[in-house]
Amino acid sequence: MNTIRGALALTVSLAAFPAAAADLEVTHWWTSGGEAAAVAEFARLFEERTEHEWVDGAIAGSGNTARPIMISRITGGDPMGATQFNHGRQAEELVEAGLMRDLTDLAEAGKWREVVNPPSLLDSCTLDGHVYCVPVNIHSWQWLWLSDKAFAEAGIPVPTNWEEFVAAAPALEAAGKVPLALGQQAWQQAGLFATLVISLLPDDIYLSVYRDKDAEIAAGADMAQIFAALDTARGLAAKSTVQEWNQATNMLITGAAGGQVMGDWAQGEFAMAGQVAGQDYHCLPGLGDKPVLTTGGDAFYFPLVRDDDVADAQADLAEVILSPEAQVAFNLKKGSLPVRGDVDLDAANDCMRKGLEILAAGTAMPDINQLIDSDTRTRIEDLLVEFFADPSYAPEEAQERFAGIIGDAR
Amino acid sequence: MRAEAAATGRGATSPPPSAAPPRRLLRNLTAKIAAIPMVLTALVVFLGGTVWTVVYSFTSSRMLPRAEFVGLEQYDRLWSTRRWVISIENLAIYGLCSLVFSLVIGFVLAALLDQKIRYENAFRTILLYPFALSFIVTGLVWQWILDPEFGLQSIIRGLGFENFTFDPLYNPDIAIFGILIAGLWQGTGLIMILMLAGLRGIDGEIWKASRVDGIPAWKTYLFIIVPMMRPVFITALVLITSGIVKLYDLVVAQTGGGPGIATEVPAKYVYDYMFGGQNLGQGFAASTMMLLAVAIVVIPWAMLEFGGKRRG
Repeated sequence: MNTIRGALALTVSLAAFPAAAADLEVTHWWTSGGEAAAVAEFARLFEERTEHEWVDGAIAGSGNTARPIMISRITGGDPMGATQFNHGRQAEELVEAGLMRDLTDLAEAGKWREVVNPPSLLDSCTLDGHVYCVPVNIHSWQWLWLSDKAFAEAGIPVPTNWEEFVAAAPALEAAGKVPLALGQQAWQQAGLFATLVISLLPDDIYLSVYRDKDAEIAAGADMAQIFAALDTARGLAAKSTVQEWNQATNMLITGAAGGQVMGDWAQGEFAMAGQVAGQDYHCLPGLGDKPVLTTGGDAFYFPLVRDDDVADAQADLAEVILSPEAQVAFNLKKGSLPVRGDVDLDAANDCMRKGLEILAAGTAMPDINQLIDSDTRTRIEDLLVEFFADPSYAPEEAQERFAGIIGDAR
Repeated sequence: MRAEAAATGRGATSPPPSAAPPRRLLRNLTAKIAAIPMVLTALVVFLGGTVWTVVYSFTSSRMLPRAEFVGLEQYDRLWSTRRWVISIENLAIYGLCSLVFSLVIGFVLAALLDQKIRYENAFRTILLYPFALSFIVTGLVWQWILDPEFGLQSIIRGLGFENFTFDPLYNPDIAIFGILIAGLWQGTGLIMILMLAGLRGIDGEIWKASRVDGIPAWKTYLFIIVPMMRPVFITALVLITSGIVKLYDLVVAQTGGGPGIATEVPAKYVYDYMFGGQNLGQGFAASTMMLLAVAIVVIPWAMLEFGGKRRG
């Protein structure tokens, strides 16, 4: 018995000593063309620089499909090596339950506090002074993408803000175009709604509704304006029957639709189709009404694992993700902005430059996922799905329910 | 341990004549020991899991279960949620229609097949075949068939009926019937086979007797054959009802709950809030309501069915 125990101890200590190569399973929901190309850059750099293997665990669907799978694997005791979540409150309870690895030592050694820009990104990875995730990129939702081809065929100039876009809609319809491309998935409709709130209203209203959960302001006259705008958007998107966001973006690429409100990841699709910003398509941050972006985005979390080799691989991956080369390679493909302020983005296109300028000016706002939890998000999505499917659903009624949800939220 | 148990078992089955009379508990011990794993599974997994779920539906659990009791708050919220109310309505419509149509269509098909027709085997296989498909496949197939751009509507329009409209999945008022069609297509084959087996079990003498008395065939079916097939109907009923309550994958594959929330069902609400919304408390409250609904239907029925027999 003792000899067996001794032998076991020996193997364990031997295994712990040299950083043996490990397979690191990484789960994420990056499955569209541009996204897959971007994540392949991480895999390439990870395998080049370390002796570990990247095991790709892409989950098709959207985050709404992937997150339950990831969470049930972690809570069920079968954790992957690393997993994507959006910054903010999606993994909050997993961290509180001690299921995620504390990365504070790595963060201090790598001086993440100095490197990561804007610092609010690292704040949303931090709980009680401990760091639990590595920010990967900055994504912002507040973009209006416009198809130059569609507007040229309709014989009108490309709009420069949301109001002009709405005014241009009849001309687009007359030319047989769908004015607004919108996928029929809840998160896309919810994204459009939040973008209208952030872009068309002053900042403090967005913050008091989503951060302070002020039900009175949510029921107020300013928000009524947004629900009216949402009603307009519902009309503009009535003929858009696609499901996935990249199919909607494709309507812009082919000129079948005039515009789409979608996050900066849409840029990856334009790039894959060989389109050039400012020439084939235009982008308006903050819907062209206000220079504002939210700094949401993706982050990698590392579930607590027992295997030391895997733990080493986790640390190595964290380092690779934040390295300047990986940041540039990944974000150029994905169309997102890097989380480091000190990287060289010569290859950045027009749209990315606009985004970087806004970040540099410091007018960025916290993302919705950093302010509300998944429960509230799901309820708002349920409301909007119903609103978009039923043209007779009055904006006033939707607003009343929205205010109720905000009142309940934590 | 096992040898010991087997020894006691053998001792209990053949007691020496001088020993005390065998206690009831020890009779047939081997069989009882063999049943222990199943009994434990039933108690711990099914019953224990159910009790645990009900208890935690009174808490404010979010992503992970937490014993912070909040009374009926989750139920309050559940019943003031439009999506839940619509889910219940949909399940009621689907359930009622599916029950009636499955039984009627299943029985009629079986009666038709029972007329000593030619190629009965071929017809039986064709009608049962959809049952071999999963709900996911069924859902996708019917999503395509009911798609106005490619499916039934465009075929019939292609035949010259330009104004023909049939797009249930795109009309929120009748979308649930689109799901019902797919569910019936998948499920009636099995009911038909059960009914057919029941019909074959009816003694030929009864038919002869009814013919001698000059009773029309439909009357014989309705007043003699159907009452004689009561056990078959009960089996069919149990199969259909269990299929109704667990309706989930068909909806996910065929409509995803849409258009809007027109085809949402309770099971989907439970899943979406438990995992997507990371709100276990809300999901548990919803699943407890589902359990309650099943209990309301099953308990009186079970009392009638089994309680009565014991007394009689």
